[in-house]
Amino acid sequence: MAKEKKTLNLNFGPQHPAAHGVLRLILQLDGEVVEKADPHIGLLHRGTEKLIENKTYIQAVPYFDRLDYVAPMNQEHAFALAIEKILKIEVPERAKYIRVIFCEIGRILSHILNVTTQAMDVGALTPTLWGFEEREKLMGFYERVSGSRLHANYFRAGGVHKDLPSGLDSDISEFCEKFPKIIDDLETLLTDNRIFKQRNVDIGIVSKQDALDYSFSGVMLRGSGVAWDLRKSQPYDLYDDLEFKIPVGKNGDCYDRYLCRIEEMRESVKIIKQCLKNIPKGSIKTEDGKISPPPKNELKQSMEALIHHFKLFTEGYRVEKDEIYTAVEAPKGEFGVYLISDGSSKPYKCKIRAPGFSHLQAMDYLIKGHMLADVPAVLGSMDIVFGEVDR
Amino acid sequence: MKNLEDLEKFINSELSSKINNSFIKHDNIYINIDHDELIDVISFLKTNKETKFRQLIEITAVDYPENENRFKMVYLLLSHEYNQRIIIDYSIKENDVISSLTSIFPAANWMEREVFDMYGLNFKNHPDLRRILTDYGFEGHPLRKDFPLTGHNEVRYSEEQKKVIYEPVKLEQNYRNFDYESPWEGTKYIKEIKKS
Repeated sequence: MAKEKKTLNLNFGPQHPAAHGVLRLILQLDGEVVEKADPHIGLLHRGTEKLIENKTYIQAVPYFDRLDYVAPMNQEHAFALAIEKILKIEVPERAKYIRVIFCEIGRILSHILNVTTQAMDVGALTPTLWGFEEREKLMGFYERVSGSRLHANYFRAGGVHKDLPSGLDSDISEFCEKFPKIIDDLETLLTDNRIFKQRNVDIGIVSKQDALDYSFSGVMLRGSGVAWDLRKSQPYDLYDDLEFKIPVGKNGDCYDRYLCRIEEMRESVKIIKQCLKNIPKGSIKTEDGKISPPPKNELKQSMEALIHHFKLFTEGYRVEKDEIYTAVEAPKGEFGVYLISDGSSKPYKCKIRAPGFSHLQAMDYLIKGHMLADVPAVLGSMDIVFGEVDR
Repeated sequence: MKNLEDLEKFINSELSSKINNSFIKHDNIYINIDHDELIDVISFLKTNKETKFRQLIEITAVDYPENENRFKMVYLLLSHEYNQRIIIDYSIKENDVISSLTSIFPAANWMEREVFDMYGLNFKNHPDLRRILTDYGFEGHPLRKDFPLTGHNEVRYSEEQKKVIYEPVKLEQNYRNFDYESPWEGTKYIKEIKKS
């Protein structure tokens, strides 16, 4: 009797711990082999771009925290850079240092989360517990500088909101001394771990050409051997003067991407150390009263400061008519803002280019022919956060 | 080509009949093309040895309701080899059909679906043109300028029907969009008085 071939449709999500958020993945299975994957996204769609069109430039910043919510400041950075380029604002040196420090902290935050949860998806719980302890410290730094652990709303066009509170720099450098040891510990748990390797080596291989065609960026691109990092190739803020290396993978599988992330964390620590060593004293935002609000004590004495304060928090500043695309190397890849300003105090159009969107798009290509159990491994190595995919 | 100015000249001479205008701003090249030339221009930029714009970064649209050609389509490309970015745009009417780029860049698939979803623009030769970000059964195109910020429908759990239901948006208070716009340096006529 001939066996009839029957495919099984499986709904993976929208609520599934390994989906890293609200992803509904419709899988067509032949036995345990995935034949087709159709990701349904948008379950976390909040209309960020529409909301930004209806808010002033200052009010738009918090929306960027809510995109990739594990590395909020990296996103704010792209938006701040876009406005600065249009208005040709000079950013003070100290502000640049602070921004780079917190962008790299964001990178470590994101990579710890990704590496450890990827390990959890394939069966290891301990890395998560160890890693999250460190994330907690980093979020403590976020809180001390901005007032909140996640939704920082800290970067501004022309600098940052507030100066570092006293003692924070020494605490961060203390963290930098201890953290490489933690990375070593994580590596002893994972890098040579037989189970971890069996689940990740040669899984979800991306060739160089496909990585380009599918618009991959960040670790997804570097894992496949393309040496491309916007911090090096199109440097913004300070990255030109800093010394750091870009780890590049060889095979383009999940394991290489894991290794890249581990190395990137080490490089980030180096960057933070360099910044802390050289950070100059001085102002932390542009002096232009038409862009950045005046200091609080001036409000009580200066009429001009009062007017500026009032205007900034009602109308906001105006941005001349222009069209610009700026991108930063966020932990997950190229995060870009395509901004069209029309001379008013609200953006006419603000398109957000999220790296995760193009990565998730390739899910079908990546998972075809793999086993069902590989779905969480591949999904984990793509570093998907639904805040930015769904916007 | 290493140099932006050279690249602009090169593109202009190679694609002279297809390009309406081009300029360099913010270290990017901006070119404006005709709607019908899209496929030719993009595949030239992708494959030519001197340009090598081999990565599609983003596809998006912009809505200008007052224009006759209401929408502007925007394509952002990146060349890793020469470390350059190009921004391509053209204007279309609401009912025009756009050629899909999916045969050149597989990444265009979801980006075009997003434009279809958010702006209601149609693509031809697209393998799978469905809504992507909005809810199942959603109506309207949210990023059009005439779509209200509050949307049309709201969702709640109904205790009577024991299920989640959709109903028209009811606002306790009308949505208020304050107009704070007034010039920093006094109104126009004051400036004119000062000048004279």
